[in-house]
Amino acid sequence: MSRLVIRGARLLGADAADLLVEDGVVTEVGSVTAPSDAELLDADGLVALPGLVDLHVHLREPGREDAETIATGSAAAAAGGFTAVFAMANTNPVTDTAEAAERVLDLGRACGLTEVVPVGAVTKGLEGAELAELGLMARSRAKVRVFSDDGHCVHDARIMRRALEYIKPFGGVISQHAQDPRLAGREACCHEGEVSGRLGLPGWPGIAEESVVARDVMLARHTGSRVHVAHVSTAGTVEVIRWAKAQGIDVTAEVTPHHLALTTDLLVGYDPVYKVNPPLRPTEDVEVLRAALADGTIDAVATDHAPHARHDKEHAFVDAAFGMLGLETALSVVSDVMVHGGLLDWADVARVMSTTPARIGGLAHQGRGLAVGAPAHITLVDPDREVTVDAAASRSRSRNNPWHGRTLRGAVEATVYAGRVTHDARNGAGTRRELTNATTSGADL
Amino acid sequence: MTRHLISSADLSRAEVEDILETAASMHDLQRREVKKVPTLRGRTVINFFFEDSTRTRSSFEIAGKWMSADTINLSAKGSSTSKGESLRDTAMTVDAMAVDALVIRHNASGACQQVAQWVRCSVINAGDGTHEHPTQALLDAYTLRTRLGDLDGKHVVIVGDLTHSRVFRSNVITLKTLGAKVTVVAPPTLMPSGIGAWSTADGFATSWDLDPVLDGEGEHGPVDAVMMLRVQRERMSGGFFPTPREYTVGYGLTRDRLDRLVARNDGVLVLHPGPMNRGLEIAPEAADSPQSVVLDQVSAGVAVRMAVLYHLLAGDDTPAPVAATPVTEGAAR
Repeated sequence: MSRLVIRGARLLGADAADLLVEDGVVTEVGSVTAPSDAELLDADGLVALPGLVDLHVHLREPGREDAETIATGSAAAAAGGFTAVFAMANTNPVTDTAEAAERVLDLGRACGLTEVVPVGAVTKGLEGAELAELGLMARSRAKVRVFSDDGHCVHDARIMRRALEYIKPFGGVISQHAQDPRLAGREACCHEGEVSGRLGLPGWPGIAEESVVARDVMLARHTGSRVHVAHVSTAGTVEVIRWAKAQGIDVTAEVTPHHLALTTDLLVGYDPVYKVNPPLRPTEDVEVLRAALADGTIDAVATDHAPHARHDKEHAFVDAAFGMLGLETALSVVSDVMVHGGLLDWADVARVMSTTPARIGGLAHQGRGLAVGAPAHITLVDPDREVTVDAAASRSRSRNNPWHGRTLRGAVEATVYAGRVTHDARNGAGTRRELTNATTSGADL
Repeated sequence: MTRHLISSADLSRAEVEDILETAASMHDLQRREVKKVPTLRGRTVINFFFEDSTRTRSSFEIAGKWMSADTINLSAKGSSTSKGESLRDTAMTVDAMAVDALVIRHNASGACQQVAQWVRCSVINAGDGTHEHPTQALLDAYTLRTRLGDLDGKHVVIVGDLTHSRVFRSNVITLKTLGAKVTVVAPPTLMPSGIGAWSTADGFATSWDLDPVLDGEGEHGPVDAVMMLRVQRERMSGGFFPTPREYTVGYGLTRDRLDRLVARNDGVLVLHPGPMNRGLEIAPEAADSPQSVVLDQVSAGVAVRMAVLYHLLAGDDTPAPVAATPVTEGAAR
């Protein structure tokens, strides 16, 4: 039997307690007498959260293993405190079949650093024309529940309606990348406003997101199905979601750390590290997004971790790839902006970064972690340690890190996934060693 | 002055005036039989054009040659894409040839600013996407000053496709730097986003209607110059306005508008950066009128680009080109 004792952690930031973990399950909470064979994890002064769950990452495997692999992405996830990540379908080939989904699942299990949950494409090849095999993906070993054409909007209203209807029997959800392609085309890369006007960059107006979200919440109401809004970026979208929730429509929403903290004016130097889709928005939107996360209108934080090879970013701004890294910095950003900003406490962080995303994604065994009988997915956080982000130190294979050089207050100290320590910032153990030693994972716990 | 010329905002009023004064002496050179000066002998200037251009490229090329720099033209069709070489690699490759200046025309906004961060040589923006075209603004200012004198308080009206115009973006900066009053006119679909806050911050006026501005109604006041911008053919089918005919009626410098303008404003100038769409944004009668300084702009282009090359490349100990003796081809110094 493998035993782990976590000593003196403040559960959800409240009172300190010990946690005994046996064979991947929490068996005792309170004052624990450590069995002689137990591994000890000193958590004095640290906050214990249920393992973080990320509804939105790009791991690039298969297809772009030069930018990221499931192994390097898993390592970055563990370092960021995540015990489950939802891998988006826009790989090559696209995750639009049961076989493709199972392959992602198996590669994730082989790494064993975090639970890698495949997201299925809504349409074949992400082309927006024909439904992918949603049912077969749902029935597969991967048990796909979240479907998304992320990177592309499911812009055809009829396809979106059919997809919403079709996923109802197996409790699926469509995660929509809301971007009307007629209002914000492929070139659109800068929030449409004074900055895009001055810089001469193609504008990406908020209305291109808001109009799709407005349509989709009405489709969700019409079909009685469930829609999730990926990477909400504007105040207008928040208004629509707030209204929809008040009507009882089954809609949930996520916001990225970068949309909670970074603003359009960073584009003034045309540095493609700040090029992301949807684009960074002005301060007024950022403030509304923070408030919406605090009041529950936005349900979850998701990173949209999007690694890119250096040569895909070193183009002219309009030609460079969209996306930025996020897994390793997400908790620090949320801590810095939301907790130290007085908008969330640690119990709220557990809600928006673990419990709720686990529920949205249909992972019953995640988002618990701190109670007797729960699978031991646990993240330990030092709420006050300041970290200065160094892009070169990332576990990710890519370096497109917009946080490089920034100092953030609050850091992940250790991650426990299925009872095993997958990251320990204090003694350097974890990630690398676990990466090679891992044989089986507790993904089914 | 900085090592690069990326944006018109890089230049202070004193620097603009300095360049324009140098340009005036260069302009004198152009009237000599032998136009060449040795000022930039041994220097290499690469004109790297990622986008087609006739007048700007030939203007830079002539400017470099008359300054005795070795000028080389490179062109790359289209933009760099994810399939091709990265912009950084392209820039580093050229920089590795130990050139002194890179004159860049690129179809992507910001490309020159990005390149400037990667290379050791000077970078001169010869037009980047829909962002800026600072030497165009300098040559327009030169042309205006030649006819109007000091631009302080002079009223310049810029009309046309502002959204996609780098000429507008650079001109509004340089004209404000020189103290001019600027009004920009376009239909709402061709006004850049955020123009309200932008114009307030930078102190210029905007209008959706051309006639009240040309007629000097209300606060608009008398007009000293009108700059008509080219309407790109590809914009016409883009839903920015219904038909060319409708555009001309609303925003073209028609013969009737020119007549009213001249009647109200003695000595008013008409500018156009070229190439002109005669009959669309500018009537032939306006383009060929005594008010038109379109060819003066082209002529000023060479002098202004010589002046820019001089200010960026000539060392502090290099004699000003006015004092330099003309050289004949192959003559030893």
